[in-house]
Amino acid sequence: MALKIVKGSIDRMFDKNLQDLVRGIRNHKEDEAKYISTCIDEIKQELKQDNIAVKANAVCKLTYLQMLGYDVSWAAFNIVEVMSSSKFTYKRIGYLAASQCFHESTDVIMLTTNQIRKDLSSPNQYDTGVALTGLSCFVTPDLARDLANDIMTLMSHTKPYIRKKAVLIMYKVFLKYPESLRPAFPRLKEKLEDPDPGVQSAAVNVICELARRNPKNYLSLAPLFFKLMTSSTNNWVLIKIIKLFGALTPLEPRLGKKLIEPLTNLIHRKIHIFSSHKMLCSQSHLIVSLSRIAVLISLSSGMPNHSASIQVMKYLGLLAMSKILKTHPKSVQSHKDLILQCLDDKDESIRLRALDLLYGMVSKKNLMEIVKKLMLHVDKAEGTTYRDELLTKIIDICSQSNYQYITNFEWYISILVELTRLEGTRHGHLIASQMLDVAIRVRAIRVFAVAQMATLLDNAHLLTGNMQRMGICEVLYAAAWICGEFSEHLENPMQTLEAMLRPKVATLPGHIQAVYVQNAAKLFATVLKNQEGNTDSTAAQETSQLMIDRLPLFVQSANLEVQERASCILQLVKYIQKLQQKDVEVAEEVCALFAGELNPVAPKAQKKVPVPEGLDLDAWINEPPSESESEDEQPKAIFAKEEPKHSRPRHTEVDEKELARRREARKQEQANNPFYIKASPSSQKAYQEAPGVEHIPVVQIDLSVPLKVPGLPMSDQYVKLEEERRQKERADKKKKEKKKRKEKRSGRGRKHDSGPESEEDITPAHMVDIVTEEMPEVHRSCLNITMNLKGNARTNMISAKVYDIQGNLQDGSQVVVSVIFENKCDSFLKSMEFNVLDSLNSKLQRPEGSGPHDGLTVPFQLPPGVSNEARFVFTVQSIVMPQKLKGTLTFIVKNEDSSTHEKLDFKLHFTCTSYLITTPCYSDAFAKLLESGDLKCSSVRLEGVIMPFHHLLARICFHHHFSVVERIDSCASMYSRSIQGHHVCLLVKTSGQTVSIDAKCDEPTLLGNVLDEIKQTFSQC
Amino acid sequence: MIKAILIFNNHGKPRLSKFYEHYNEDTEQQIIRETFHLVSKRDENVCNFLEGGMLIGGSDYKLIYRHYATLYFVFCVDSSESELGILDLIQVFVETLDKCFENVCELDLIFHVDKVHNILAEMVMGGMVLETNMNEIITQVDAQNKMEKSEVMCFVTFINQCPCLDICSMQGHCFAFHTASASR
Repeated sequence: MALKIVKGSIDRMFDKNLQDLVRGIRNHKEDEAKYISTCIDEIKQELKQDNIAVKANAVCKLTYLQMLGYDVSWAAFNIVEVMSSSKFTYKRIGYLAASQCFHESTDVIMLTTNQIRKDLSSPNQYDTGVALTGLSCFVTPDLARDLANDIMTLMSHTKPYIRKKAVLIMYKVFLKYPESLRPAFPRLKEKLEDPDPGVQSAAVNVICELARRNPKNYLSLAPLFFKLMTSSTNNWVLIKIIKLFGALTPLEPRLGKKLIEPLTNLIHRKIHIFSSHKMLCSQSHLIVSLSRIAVLISLSSGMPNHSASIQVMKYLGLLAMSKILKTHPKSVQSHKDLILQCLDDKDESIRLRALDLLYGMVSKKNLMEIVKKLMLHVDKAEGTTYRDELLTKIIDICSQSNYQYITNFEWYISILVELTRLEGTRHGHLIASQMLDVAIRVRAIRVFAVAQMATLLDNAHLLTGNMQRMGICEVLYAAAWICGEFSEHLENPMQTLEAMLRPKVATLPGHIQAVYVQNAAKLFATVLKNQEGNTDSTAAQETSQLMIDRLPLFVQSANLEVQERASCILQLVKYIQKLQQKDVEVAEEVCALFAGELNPVAPKAQKKVPVPEGLDLDAWINEPPSESESEDEQPKAIFAKEEPKHSRPRHTEVDEKELARRREARKQEQANNPFYIKASPSSQKAYQEAPGVEHIPVVQIDLSVPLKVPGLPMSDQYVKLEEERRQKERADKKKKEKKKRKEKRSGRGRKHDSGPESEEDITPAHMVDIVTEEMPEVHRSCLNITMNLKGNARTNMISAKVYDIQGNLQDGSQVVVSVIFENKCDSFLKSMEFNVLDSLNSKLQRPEGSGPHDGLTVPFQLPPGVSNEARFVFTVQSIVMPQKLKGTLTFIVKNEDSSTHEKLDFKLHFTCTSYLITTPCYSDAFAKLLESGDLKCSSVRLEGVIMPFHHLLARICFHHHFSVVERIDSCASMYSRSIQGHHVCLLVKTSGQTVSIDAKCDEPTLLGNVLDEIKQTFSQC
Repeated sequence: MIKAILIFNNHGKPRLSKFYEHYNEDTEQQIIRETFHLVSKRDENVCNFLEGGMLIGGSDYKLIYRHYATLYFVFCVDSSESELGILDLIQVFVETLDKCFENVCELDLIFHVDKVHNILAEMVMGGMVLETNMNEIITQVDAQNKMEKSEVMCFVTFINQCPCLDICSMQGHCFAFHTASASR
């Protein structure tokens, strides 16, 4: 038997290895799939062998096949086997395979926990390294929870190689198990000042990623980063730090000013970093960088031979500009020509970046010009992606902030119509929604819009011609709706009605057909109304007949909506026809079906709805969860972007009088505004009388040539018209101004600049009903990283929170206390002194030469609203008892004119838990420890604990610094060690709501106190 | 964060794929194809950045690539990475490969994809940049290879010591071999 195995394994030594497999695949170009399937069969055989070398070889080959797209998840268990090999060579193969194909739902992952833990504590640094690398790719919440402590210990490993990997992987652990952030953070911060540059860079990397999610928490680290930035020479670290500051400066404006100098130095030193400094803190700084960027772009566009590196710079310059644009649009606008030039670049990436910038370039003055340019690009562009991008950009820049920059909506409608001629665009619905929006909100444009839409409907066959254009047929949806709804403006409703009832319509998508049917009915009503005015009743009857002839086509539609509407309307028309035959006037009643106007509704209209009496929106519907529960939840929110919502400021507080006054003012304004149409009953007339628009032809399209979709010349024509209109306006204005000047002379006059035409001077030809209301402020998230609130002192001036008390591993008698000071008042706090009344047992460590009662100066000052952290070291003799220390904090409050001395008393609470240090322990060592018999026993029972067992364990681990040794069902053993080397072992069992904890420790007093503290933790929940 | 690192040749054949986020195998292949499609149609003298394809996260992500002879090195990154930084990293990666393989060519990557993975693991870990210093990377890779070699060596010497022809004598030896490998 043994012989057979041996023989087999020796044979296997000569199996295919990875190189042979690759060679084989290359030699079987024609029947690759077949060859690979035989290889997979071989691999399956190899995996059945007992020899680990053979298995590793097989797994190595599987990793390659995985890259080629073959599913290898069936071998997951074998991969775990190879991972657990004692040889580094095989272990590495196993971890590589695992990192390539394991993921959260791989079930064998839970088998790996102990193996990984073993590897992490391996004496060989590369075993640990390989395990960390692998783990970084497939870490799951469970693994993160179980291994967080082990990884945290590795963060202070002696080898920098391990330290940097451990620091980096902590980010993944935080993502999967946010609760670990708090205990790990102090150590992470320490690593920022690690002597090894690699570790430092890893720590910077992790904190940058964290700060991207929630910058506010990391504001207190700004000074440290500032120091790093001025001292570090590693480009990678610099880039990351600058990115981090980019996230921080919006929260702390003063930081920006401080950064100007070092940043400009950096920019001058290493031009290539500039791309990543994207925070723009102040004007002067901005100009420095902007001019550099502009020089760069112009330089690169001036060069005849576009070498790749110059293109890179151009791209980055445009990217940086788009960041600047957000904060300082004016200064970017001066580079308009440059940016428009980039639109012509042959590189698509650069064109796209330039397009992004256009958004901020437009003004009332140049919108038409820019859009015209873009339309030219649309015609030239090859490749649908870029063209689609252009299309969305055109619509974006035109519709931005409620069509703020559009002065002539007829021009805009014709642009939209032109866009419908694009082939194969995906954005039909976007154009459609713009058409609808404009037609509904801009009353004055309806006549024009309806005429255009009727032409579109007439030429519908152009749009639906081939399947490629399916995206664009969405436009017909808008066209049909506009023609139906505003049919009173139609020149020739009968023709449009016929166009809508063509058999070809049945090929359109269902939802469009439905709109066709519904709006055909609306049109029918209008037609009837027109025809009944005439004496001849046959025309009206013919129209009904047309409907009855054509509608059955839709009744047979496969789409339910179309079917329903069509059959409903068909019956209605049949009934109407009957009445017509009896010579009854029906038009009025048919029109009543569609009477009334559909109005745009503001997104915030709900606010206007009065709150019903007796409804208290602030009252709880269900009982709120208890306080301690929510505290427990807090860590989960560490990454959350939103702060718990503040109750919205009430809007009802404006009193009636004020409202009436505002309403009056608004009416007054509307009455004085010739362009305001809504309130006037004869809107049509108002439109025609509006000065400056009368020479815009109302309908310019020759409908007798139905095949011609209004094209480019249309929109061009508007540019000219617009020019004329503005000139006229300017002339008008001058007249007015003259008048004003006369008034001025005669008495009091208003200040008025009559310089060159400014933005505000261009009055739009049409007004948009602006239906948005002011947005409520967006609240930035704010979460404190305060933790273990053991001592909390607070006045209205300052708050000091002890967030961590941590024993020092190297020195068994030292405890480090981290305190966050936060300035809560509006004044500057300085000269802070921290002093504690020493007890026999614990003493504050003071610098040499100072007396036992001297305070320690806190090494920073606090501007208003700022918090910072200080650490104090205490020497502790005995750690078996919890203790409280009394202390005072003195500080000077400095106002603009005076400064006062203030004092704050506080108590520091050293729990026994703070003397414990999370130490991993293996079950065999644990068992030996228990057997040794020098441990004293004690136990405690907790009643009414309602939480899952693993939560319970996690809680003990994190609040009391234990680590889980072993867990079987509802029973777990845990271990921790005090800074003075006491072993503490726990056996936690749960049944129902009762948790019993049996504990052993070589120091009974310490044990009793720790158990009391655990009990207290759970009594809070 | 780096979302994926892909190496493929001028014909779109994958030479290395490393995804730091999980996709199933089919999606991975689609992503590789899509990325190849996007990258390969670009001219030589254009910039090295382009917006990511739909599959890999749309416009929030960027593709940063370099083209060396027959190979494309493509990194897909989000906005927290510096564009020039990543370009630099690709250069470091390629130079490291060059040092480790002595004049690297596509064939090296084809036949030793596992080694390439090991080198990459010293540079990028779980989507975050671990080390950018080439000497440091090479030192660590060499040290690991040396370890691997020493393990293989003792294995090979063992095989040489036991002539396979003599089955009777082999029985005892191989038993010893099994226990030895188990205890190691």
